[in-house]
Amino acid sequence: MIAAVLSLTLLGALLGVVLGCADRFLRVEGNPLVDEIGALMPGSNCGQCGFPGCAGAAAAIVAGSAAPTCCPPGGKALAAAVAGRLGLAVDLSALADDGPQIAGVAEELCIGCCRCSKVCPTDAIVGAAKQIHNVLREACTGCANCVDLCPTEALLLQPVPPTLPHWVMPKPLGA
Amino acid sequence: MGILTTFKDWFGNDWGVHPDDRKRPAADAAVRVMPVPERLWLPLQQHLGAPARPVVLVGQRVKKGQLLAEAQGAVSAPVHAPTSGTVAAIAEITAPHPSGLTLPAIVVDADGADEWGERVGCADPFALAPDEIGRRVAAAGVVGLGGAAFPSSVKLAGAARAGVATLIVNGSECEPYLSCDDRLMRDAAAAIVDGIRIMRHASGAARVLVGIEDNKPEALAAMAAAAASCAEIRVCRVPARYPMGSEKQLIQALSGIEVPADSRPADVGVIVHNVGTALAVRAAIRDGQPLISRLLTVNGGCVVAPGNIEVRLGTLAADVLAFAGGLHGDGLGLARRLLGGPMMGMQIPHWRVPVVKGTSGILALAADEAAAGDADPCIRCASCVRACPVGLLPLEMSARIRNDALDAAAALGLADCIACGCCAYVCPSRIPLVQYFQHAKGELAARERARLRTDATRKLAAQRQERLAREASEKAAAAARRKAERAAQQSAAEKLVQGEPA
Ligand code: SF4
Ligand code: SF4
Ligand code: SF4
Ligand code: SF4
Repeated sequence: MIAAVLSLTLLGALLGVVLGCADRFLRVEGNPLVDEIGALMPGSNCGQCGFPGCAGAAAAIVAGSAAPTCCPPGGKALAAAVAGRLGLAVDLSALADDGPQIAGVAEELCIGCCRCSKVCPTDAIVGAAKQIHNVLREACTGCANCVDLCPTEALLLQPVPPTLPHWVMPKPLGA
Repeated sequence: MGILTTFKDWFGNDWGVHPDDRKRPAADAAVRVMPVPERLWLPLQQHLGAPARPVVLVGQRVKKGQLLAEAQGAVSAPVHAPTSGTVAAIAEITAPHPSGLTLPAIVVDADGADEWGERVGCADPFALAPDEIGRRVAAAGVVGLGGAAFPSSVKLAGAARAGVATLIVNGSECEPYLSCDDRLMRDAAAAIVDGIRIMRHASGAARVLVGIEDNKPEALAAMAAAAASCAEIRVCRVPARYPMGSEKQLIQALSGIEVPADSRPADVGVIVHNVGTALAVRAAIRDGQPLISRLLTVNGGCVVAPGNIEVRLGTLAADVLAFAGGLHGDGLGLARRLLGGPMMGMQIPHWRVPVVKGTSGILALAADEAAAGDADPCIRCASCVRACPVGLLPLEMSARIRNDALDAAAALGLADCIACGCCAYVCPSRIPLVQYFQHAKGELAARERARLRTDATRKLAAQRQERLAREASEKAAAAARRKAERAAQQSAAEKLVQGEPA
């Protein structure tokens, strides 16, 4: 009886010390997981997710307050990568519906004021003062930063038109 | 799965299916040549690789065989005018593709003269250097006519570089309903053998094996007779079994060489060309004729007069069907419109779709020929596993894709699926297995593109930050320089002021 009490007490005390040491010396600064998720994000800090930049979104995803699907420019690929890293199940079908959008300049409205090109996080807008501006399709992430700034409402977000090489056979229904 | 894998070992040699081939009577009817229609639509992309770039202007007069659009990039093919006439427009037309999307095409209005432009032929192709043959084949826009439409010159050049030993000529034509290759071999065996010899010269292969399925005895006899005088060409009978015409299956059946999953035939010293391609190569080299027409099969229960028809590229499928006698009851019983064969062909939304280089057939199937009905749950009968020529587990892959576990499906070898359709053909529950696999492959490719795009976005954002920082520091440096200059000027002026009274 005495031996059992003694050995358990001793064990408890010993483990307590080990835990205490671990807490002291092995404590991690910040959350490496957040950094890891942040490295997967596009990094343009466009704000489409509703968070202050990509790092904020990464923190929210790790904390569970945002879905892995919250980044529109990242799309399904990013959502799948993030969910895979965190071991979460995600419903990717929601992302398919409205599809990605990109900005376009209505050339007859643009007055070449240069306001839009200054705020684009990916430098997707090209143009010079008093010249018609244009959006490079490949570089635009559809963040809409530029849209409200345009004094003539020349900038509008438009869905990316489907093209032959990018078409995906639909998933069979039912079964 | 363990059980299934064992199952696979037992039945490993039993791949493929034996569908009712339904090639006759279309295969036995004499070839008809369709007159040039009034208007032709020539898509800029009729091949694998980059689309061609137009080099003609709207309103320009073109001769038959004149270059309309040039190849762009290493893997691409030019497009030529199939007849003489006027370029009416460069416009969008429904693509020969299941999506029903459009693609840009050059529209040529025929003038009826059908007058050739300049042609540079060659009486002795064997005196030409192999790479010169490759160059001429590329300039003639020849692509694989079996359906994949891969630029032939790229394959020939790759073969010469890799030093392949064997050229395999695919005359198996394993798809049901299609008989255009059969017809070519019966009618033009000598020309095909000539084309094969030119391709052998260009690729540097030592021996040639021609594989023909045993359901085409007339073609076998004709080809064997034509090749009798060429010791290096052997015509081989292969069992009729779908998909015998798939590259890797045909290579194994003819030469016993198994092509590993992640390599190409050239890696094991083999290239495969179609018999129709051999004929097109001959025309390109001997007569200097670009690829402007092809033989295709019009077939199916709804077609009034099925058969093989020689058609100019760019002819609308609707016109071809009208020439073939139209559809029974004006298409009332039509269940499926297909380009290509029923196993791997693509369903099209309507008949206003142009014939392109890879169009081997136009099928109008009646309801009793088209598998229909709703899918039932999988009963795990493993018929699909036995049928798969690649050795995959279709039931396991489709179950994962249904639950959107695409990575799990990819881990089961999804990328090796050749979309042959054997699994769906044998499935008693009528599960659209191939559609699952095509969907998953497209989706995975889209995700890969999105991933690359995210990487590019990250780089662009970083470059912008760098640019902003550089601009800020340059501005600061310029301001500092101006300040220093001003200070220097000021002190000089002060000195001057101070020095004046002295
Ligand atoms: S162009 Fe406009 S919408 Fe597109 S990334 Fe730049 S700021 Fe955002
Ligand atoms: S903000 Fe509008 S008007 Fe100004 S340059 Fe951009 S698109 Fe043109
Ligand atoms: S479609 Fe793919 S999975 Fe099905 S039998 Fe053919 S190769 Fe196998
Ligand atoms: S053939 Fe169809 S029912 Fe049978 S195991 Fe395959 S998917 Fe299931």
